[in-house]
Amino acid sequence: MPLASTFTTVPVVVDNEKCIAEKGCRVCIDVCPLDVLRINELSGKAYMAYDECWYCMPCEADCPTGAVKVNIPYLLR
Amino acid sequence: MSRILEQEELKMGINPTSMDGIVEGLSEVSCDVLVIGGGTAGPMAALKAKQKNPDATVILLEKANVKRSGAISMGMDGLNNAVIPGYATPEQYTKEITIANDGIVDQKPVLKYAENCYSIIEELDSFGIRFLKNENGDYNVKKVHHIGTYVLPMPNGDTVKKALYRQLRRARLLISNRYMATRLLVGADNRVAGVIAVNTRTAEFLVVRAKAVILCMGAAGRLGLPTSGYMFGTYENAANSGDGYAMAYHAGAKLANLECFQINPLIKDYNGPACAYVAGPFGAYTANNEGKRFIECDYWSGQMMLEFFNELQSGKGPVFLKLSHLHPDTVAEIETTLHNVERPTRGLFHEGRGTDYRKQMIEMHISEIGFCSGHSASGVYVDEFARTTVQGLYAAGDMASVPHNYMLGAFTNGAVAGTDAASYAAEVDFAPFDMADVAAEQQRVLAATKREDGIPPNQIEYKTRRLVNDYLQPPKVTRKYELAQARFAEVRDDLENRMLVRNAHELMRSLEAASILDCADMAAFSSLYRQESRWGLYHLRTDFPQKDNENWFCHVLLSKQDGQMTCEKKPVQPYVVPIADEEKDLYDKQRLRASA
Repeated sequence: MPLASTFTTVPVVVDNEKCIAEKGCRVCIDVCPLDVLRINELSGKAYMAYDECWYCMPCEADCPTGAVKVNIPYLLR
Repeated sequence: MSRILEQEELKMGINPTSMDGIVEGLSEVSCDVLVIGGGTAGPMAALKAKQKNPDATVILLEKANVKRSGAISMGMDGLNNAVIPGYATPEQYTKEITIANDGIVDQKPVLKYAENCYSIIEELDSFGIRFLKNENGDYNVKKVHHIGTYVLPMPNGDTVKKALYRQLRRARLLISNRYMATRLLVGADNRVAGVIAVNTRTAEFLVVRAKAVILCMGAAGRLGLPTSGYMFGTYENAANSGDGYAMAYHAGAKLANLECFQINPLIKDYNGPACAYVAGPFGAYTANNEGKRFIECDYWSGQMMLEFFNELQSGKGPVFLKLSHLHPDTVAEIETTLHNVERPTRGLFHEGRGTDYRKQMIEMHISEIGFCSGHSASGVYVDEFARTTVQGLYAAGDMASVPHNYMLGAFTNGAVAGTDAASYAAEVDFAPFDMADVAAEQQRVLAATKREDGIPPNQIEYKTRRLVNDYLQPPKVTRKYELAQARFAEVRDDLENRMLVRNAHELMRSLEAASILDCADMAAFSSLYRQESRWGLYHLRTDFPQKDNENWFCHVLLSKQDGQMTCEKKPVQPYVVPIADEEKDLYDKQRLRASA
């Protein structure tokens, strides 16, 4: 069965200006219960890699620079 | 994936096939007590096992990260079942929980919880978790239940997880994050021998040999599909996919009363608590579309959920939580709790819709189904020592059968399990197990990674959960349940033979999809077995609409025997706290009667 990729709008947004992941920070990635955040290999910043969010907030609450914002997923907004 | 898209994603530094790449590997460690699940019950079980026997090696294994895992990831707004001297007695509480569960309760574990929970509150207090006190310094307990008074607000409930984590660090417990347990190892003598786990980012295997294993893996909260269609928009932490239920089942443990589903009254679409336990004591209440009360009591029971369901069906729905009649200062106080603790995005959700508690009522609905003894009664069967029916295997928290045990029950019964498991482990040697079981499990886990082409885990999961909604959501109809079983068998065939997994993260989701399907099958099987209606909406069977105490005043235990799912009846233990005849149906009288 062939596979396709479908666009999806993700609830967690990272402000690249504030994110310090390139300095080794992994706080948001560590605390996510669903393990959906990763590092973009080119920019070195954190981003939401999997659209599997419980909109629970540890990533936003624990981010040391206030770079992470959790929005309500579009489908239930 | 199309080549163009692949190039686009590479350009952006995102590459789903290289990310979370699958690595081969198998290592082995051993310990005296292994605790699986680092949410609420798990950390307490690990702490108590270490306290009981400081020489013991205790490992805490967690699929996510103990810092922020489980139902209390962002804390909890209060204790829903605190038995505090001066407000309630253990006997009173045991009686209330027995009545709320239509009598199908082994009282010993409930009574033991009720006797122990106050000392756990004091211990949590010593960890720095604060509980609401009045001007005299006494705990300020509120009434939410039908009969007694047990709700204790937690003004800084957002700190629970951090306070707990500090204790784990202090006790120097061994913590393994991002390892997902997949199957228990059981020796030929039916003793637990350990667990097989897989790393959720590399797919490397870990075998943990253990003398005692405590399962604290949470609810089956990803069983039904939220009506929003968003798969992770669940009431429970969406990581709680019923892995503990499935693992206990495959290890041969018995599971109790799975037909007593968890169904919750939640904020529509947001699918989180509104939360009547917080707002109720201040004067908020559940109302119909006329703004009128229709239930006596907002405490979550199957009987209350049935009246909620009836109101929705009657034309007087939707159902709302009403705060708009309260003083603005009171609303502000409630808001502070609701928007900072447990599910803090509630505030953002209401803001997005322009809902102001002062002006509008909050639209509620009925959630999809799940298993969770924390709110109802479905769990791995345990006695008053948290022991399951497999020797050396314990269970606590939302996945163990002690009914309505909430967060404080998870802490208290986790403590019971940890203490007993440490004593047990000191007396026994490791149970022998067959390495062939490990090889077979590796093969099962990795099967979907060996294919070139196939169905993604999220489609397998979506279909299972959509079928759960279509066929298993009460009222339960026999013919629909039989159709569900046929559809589940088809999905299982796809899961076992056609599922495709491309990286370690998807591997975790594929294993969760298998747990969810196991739970769906168990929900259907146990529901068909109990041929009566009981627990209000939780087990409302249209073909058997009456409660039948003559034939069904018993537990239903489900287990795997000779590879087949089976059910049996188990008598309810003789009560240690007697219930008078006139008290037995108090929870059946939920609907507000018109006053004369």
